[in-house]
Amino acid sequence: MKILVCISNVPDTTTKITFTDNNTQFNTNGVQFILNPYDEIALARAIELTDGGNGTVTVINVGEINTEPTIRKALAIGATNAVRVNAKPHDAWFVASQVAQYIKTNQFDLILTGQESIDYNGSKVAGMLGEFLDLPSVSIIKKLEINGTDATVEREIDGGKEVLTIPFPFIASTAEGVAEPKIPNMRGIMSARTKPLTVIEPIEVKTLSEVISYETPAPRDRVKLVSAEDPAKLIGLLHEEAKVI
Amino acid sequence: MSVLVYTENAGGKFKKSVFETVSYARAIADQNNTSLIAVSIGEVDAAELASLGKYGPEKVLNVSNEKLKNFINQAYASVIAEASKRENADIVVLSNSFSGRGLAPRIGVKLGAGVADGAVALPDQEGGKFKVKKTAFSGKAFAVVELTSEKKVISLNSNAYKIVEKGSAAKIEDFNAETKDTDFKTIIKEIIRSTNKVALPDADIVVSGGRGLKGPENWAMLEELADLLGAALACSKPVSDAGWRPHSEHVGQTGIAVSPNLYIAVGISGAIQHLAGVSSSKVIVVINKDADAPFFKVADYGIVGDAFEVVPKLITAIKEYKASA
Ligand SMILES: Cc1cc2nc3c(=O)[nH]c(=O)nc-3n(C[C@H](O)[C@H](O)[C@H](O)COP(=O)(O)OP(=O)(O)OC[C@H]3O[C@@H](n4cnc5c(N)ncnc54)[C@H](O)[C@@H]3O)c2cc1C
Ligand SMILES: Nc1ncnc2c1ncn2[C@@H]1O[C@H](COP(=O)(O)O)[C@@H](O)[C@H]1O
Repeated sequence: MKILVCISNVPDTTTKITFTDNNTQFNTNGVQFILNPYDEIALARAIELTDGGNGTVTVINVGEINTEPTIRKALAIGATNAVRVNAKPHDAWFVASQVAQYIKTNQFDLILTGQESIDYNGSKVAGMLGEFLDLPSVSIIKKLEINGTDATVEREIDGGKEVLTIPFPFIASTAEGVAEPKIPNMRGIMSARTKPLTVIEPIEVKTLSEVISYETPAPRDRVKLVSAEDPAKLIGLLHEEAKVI
Repeated sequence: MSVLVYTENAGGKFKKSVFETVSYARAIADQNNTSLIAVSIGEVDAAELASLGKYGPEKVLNVSNEKLKNFINQAYASVIAEASKRENADIVVLSNSFSGRGLAPRIGVKLGAGVADGAVALPDQEGGKFKVKKTAFSGKAFAVVELTSEKKVISLNSNAYKIVEKGSAAKIEDFNAETKDTDFKTIIKEIIRSTNKVALPDADIVVSGGRGLKGPENWAMLEELADLLGAALACSKPVSDAGWRPHSEHVGQTGIAVSPNLYIAVGISGAIQHLAGVSSSKVIVVINKDADAPFFKVADYGIVGDAFEVVPKLITAIKEYKASA
């Protein structure tokens, strides 16, 4: 089984998000970048499914050279090889176009993405890949099992879940539950240095969207404390002042 | 041109978030002095379809056949794209729900449209531009995205736009969209929906518990509190990681992002990753025994105290309040 896992390089979850240049640029100063947490889940499942030499796991990232530490981390966790499309990931359309191009010339049985990148939260790359390649896509899956020529997946729906079967090849975006993220061990870290990381140049893609500015949420007023002895007062405030109950 | 809105149903019924999305789409159609057409796919009865009229579409396309009974991402995307072509729609609007997040990108590619996902406000169309404000960095910020393509797809976050009743009766029209066989490779085996529970992403009120509750056996009081308030339950990541609660209740940066009217956090410290997914809640109440817990810094109301004493008192107070109301 040949699996492709799309990985993105995102600010660490503890990052305090600030902007510069009149709120038009994300301030990367001092920001640590990590492998997108949802992609860690996809990668972990891909490694489990190919465990014991039962296939390969390729990771692909659309990014400039600064994303290589994150790509090496994926190799250390256990990916077989890596590909970097040497370009700034302009938007999901751009990313999916590049990845689709790579898939067309390198067949895969299964293509996994994370449910969303924690920077732009688009949840778009998986569906776009599906459409570019005319393949089925399932978004936000919680479980992925393989049975011969097809797979059984569980998908999150409002207030419940849906169980589906899909023939290979297909695309899925993974959420919590699919696998536990794996921590690289010493052997993994050593071997990651020598595993193949191929750099390819991007194809040209039209631009359909542009981030033009950012805003930060308005700060809240100071908290109003209510005595632990008198929770009824809280109910009164929520009813009369906040008008939410 | 026109605006097309996809009205997703859950087991034949429309939810609140769909009415928000239709209201939002109506407002976009008004911005552009044009008509709004809704498209419904699956088995929805005439009365339910007619209920959409209140929120302003001139017409509702009803796509109902056996093959399209249940949600198949690829096939539904084809139908919506076909509907948008037939109605000459330049803008397609849908909810940023679990299903919507599968559909929006596929429709975008089919139409060659830029996609604005997770919109939180009406587009700003000043000066012939088309700018959409959306959540970014998992709720830590917003990004304003300009769509430069002629066709546009927008998915709206739940609880981000107020329902407006401004229509009357909509014309309901059957629509037989063409689909390809290859659209139906996915086969649905089972749909499990707990109908009696409030769905977390859409909930008006959320009651959330953290590690401060010590163990799963202590959730009964939160369940009672949630039931009394008609609230959905949520939890912090360590709680779902430990298996005290299902993953589907985990909110935060790596869980579900929610923006209810009221978020009540019990025994949650308020780590930055947790706050990311809940900070757009309109009102936040924090119950924590540690007065220095970071959550109090972003709360509107707080009680410093032991959850095991405060929550039962709160339950009693709500019962009294309900009895007197
Ligand atoms: C990559 C990454 C992603 C993450 N994503 C998320 C996410 O999406 N969502 C999320 O929630 N977390 C996330 N986290 C975890 C986050 O950093 C915190 O560890 C977590 O939110 C803490 O959960 P908690 O508040 O329940 O537990 P704790 O931090 O242990 O806090 C428990 C709180 O309960 C209080 N308490 C204890 N006893 C009582 C009592 N009897 N009565 C009242 N209060 C009491 C304590 O004072 C304390 O404030 C993530 C972490 C990482 C590294
Ligand atoms: N620059 C990128 N390179 C490769 N894969 C990406 C990139 N950006 C996003 N992805 C993948 O697409 C998923 C969803 O991202 P998004 O659509 O941006 O929310 C991520 O979890 C990754 O798996």
